[in-house]
Amino acid sequence: MTAITRINAVKDQTAILSARNLKAWYGESQALHGIDLDIHSGETVALLGRNGAGKTTTLKSITGLMDRRSGEIKIGGKDISRLPLHHIARHGLGFVPEERGIFSGLTVQENLLLPPIVAEGGHTVEEIYALFPNLKERRHSQGTSLSGGEQQMLAIARILRTGIRILLLDEPTEGLAPVIVDRIGDVIIALRKRGITIILVEQNFRFAQRVAERYYVIEHGQVLDQFSAAELPGRQDWLSDVLGV
Amino acid sequence: MTILGIPSAALFSQLLIGLINGSFYALLSLGLAVIFGLLRVINFTHGAQYMLGAFAALLLLKFAGIGFWPSLLIAPLLVALFSAVLERLLIARVYSLDHLYGMLLTFGLTLIIEGLFRHFYGSSGQPYAAPKELSGAVNLGFMMLPKYRGFVIIASLAVCLLTWLLVERTKFGAYLRAATENPKLVQAFGVNVPLLLTLTYALGSGLAGLAGVLAAPMYQVSPLMGQNLIIVVFAVVVIGGMGSLIGAIATGYTLGLIEGLTKVFYPEASNTVIFAVMIIVLLVRPAGLFGRA
Ligand SMILES: Nc1ncnc2c1ncn2[C@@H]1O[C@H](COP(=O)(O)OP(=O)(O)OP(=O)(O)O)[C@@H](O)[C@H]1O
Ligand SMILES: [Mg+2]
Repeated sequence: MTAITRINAVKDQTAILSARNLKAWYGESQALHGIDLDIHSGETVALLGRNGAGKTTTLKSITGLMDRRSGEIKIGGKDISRLPLHHIARHGLGFVPEERGIFSGLTVQENLLLPPIVAEGGHTVEEIYALFPNLKERRHSQGTSLSGGEQQMLAIARILRTGIRILLLDEPTEGLAPVIVDRIGDVIIALRKRGITIILVEQNFRFAQRVAERYYVIEHGQVLDQFSAAELPGRQDWLSDVLGV
Repeated sequence: MTILGIPSAALFSQLLIGLINGSFYALLSLGLAVIFGLLRVINFTHGAQYMLGAFAALLLLKFAGIGFWPSLLIAPLLVALFSAVLERLLIARVYSLDHLYGMLLTFGLTLIIEGLFRHFYGSSGQPYAAPKELSGAVNLGFMMLPKYRGFVIIASLAVCLLTWLLVERTKFGAYLRAATENPKLVQAFGVNVPLLLTLTYALGSGLAGLAGVLAAPMYQVSPLMGQNLIIVVFAVVVIGGMGSLIGAIATGYTLGLIEGLTKVFYPEASNTVIFAVMIIVLLVRPAGLFGRA
């Protein structure tokens, strides 16, 4: 708890990312019904919610991956919601999808080097290989020949190279062994120390608790509530109820 | 000297013709495979683009005095540029629709382009001379090889290899391969995927244009020169399977040779053998020899 308080104290309070009245549709079926978010620079925020609540759709809407969406999305005060998809990354936004998106036609190293650098200050390839020695060993293998955990590492690693400031992670621990989950937790904490803003979608609540400083609870495509890590103990029962755990 | 009862000179000359045809099949089906791999469009305009390459060389010579060697570069670039415009203005609009629309659109474009050229140049062919450096023949001991034909074989092999290297070994190629799997994610990383699509279409079309320039000194330059060839090339693509570049190249050369051999041993079937192979492959391996089902 003290660690979290200390980080809260040093963090910049301006909203680096904000969403207003975010709505999104899959064909005719509406998945988001007006999501509002305010994410501050350097904080780690977890989006919680039941299956089908709209967490993934929220991340995809922010990244510009939803074909049909409305509302306002600002990064550093600038509206990015009308930009072409390939311009959005240049505003410092990186997305690691739930299915990880490792390319089978590319080697591990090609996967790692694929996303263009959008800003200075990203990890160098050496730093990444120091952080994930497995990836270095397997760098000439086919990307999808990696294990699930290694693929998740690669998916995070390749985004870190680009110098993005805001990282959207969709269920990074899904289907991974506890040891690997711990590794990913370490990586997220290391990124936080580097000042990277993180929005995390997580079903593994214990994992979310380890890294998150603030929570949004999403239900039926709307924000039900949001609270800080310090308020969590008082909400445990309510939260178990909402999440159905 | 005879081999299997066939005079060896006749055998080798048919093999040479097979290899030449195979060079064109390989270049053209490679272009189709590059385009289909990323754009998921079966480019029926390919035969017209081949014809445009040959005409570009012819017209560059006629009106600007530009000879074969510079045309070998300029004509494919002109075809690529024209194709890039087509992609931006028209083809890009059908990506989100069923494949059928891309096929119909590119087929319609072919009719328009070939029709226009037939209107202005008639359907009879016009000659285009081979460069004088490549006139004559070399004696290989077992046969005489016209120099220009030897050049075509070497040039097409080199271009196939370069294209393969471009796709498999460069950053551009990595974007292309990744976008083939998941274009939206690649674009979300900040890669200008719409531009990548345009460049890829231009690349595939440019290969057809290059094949056209190479063909000009051997065949007559005529508005319909692409029509007959492209039907065979589509059969080659079906046999090799869409999407694999190596598959397209290997199948192109192999089928050219098979066609040449058929001409020696059973001439009656030489025009149909590729289609017979296509039917067998479709029955046994519907995704094609190198295709992923
Ligand atoms: N590709 C799609 N086509 C149609 N509907 C979809 C699609 N993806 C999601 N949906 C619907 O949109 C709603 C929100 O889905 P979303 O994937 O955002 O939920 P989630 O909170 O990420 O769930 P989970 O925890 O299961 O990943 C759900 O009702 C879902 O059924
Ligand atoms: Mg999800």
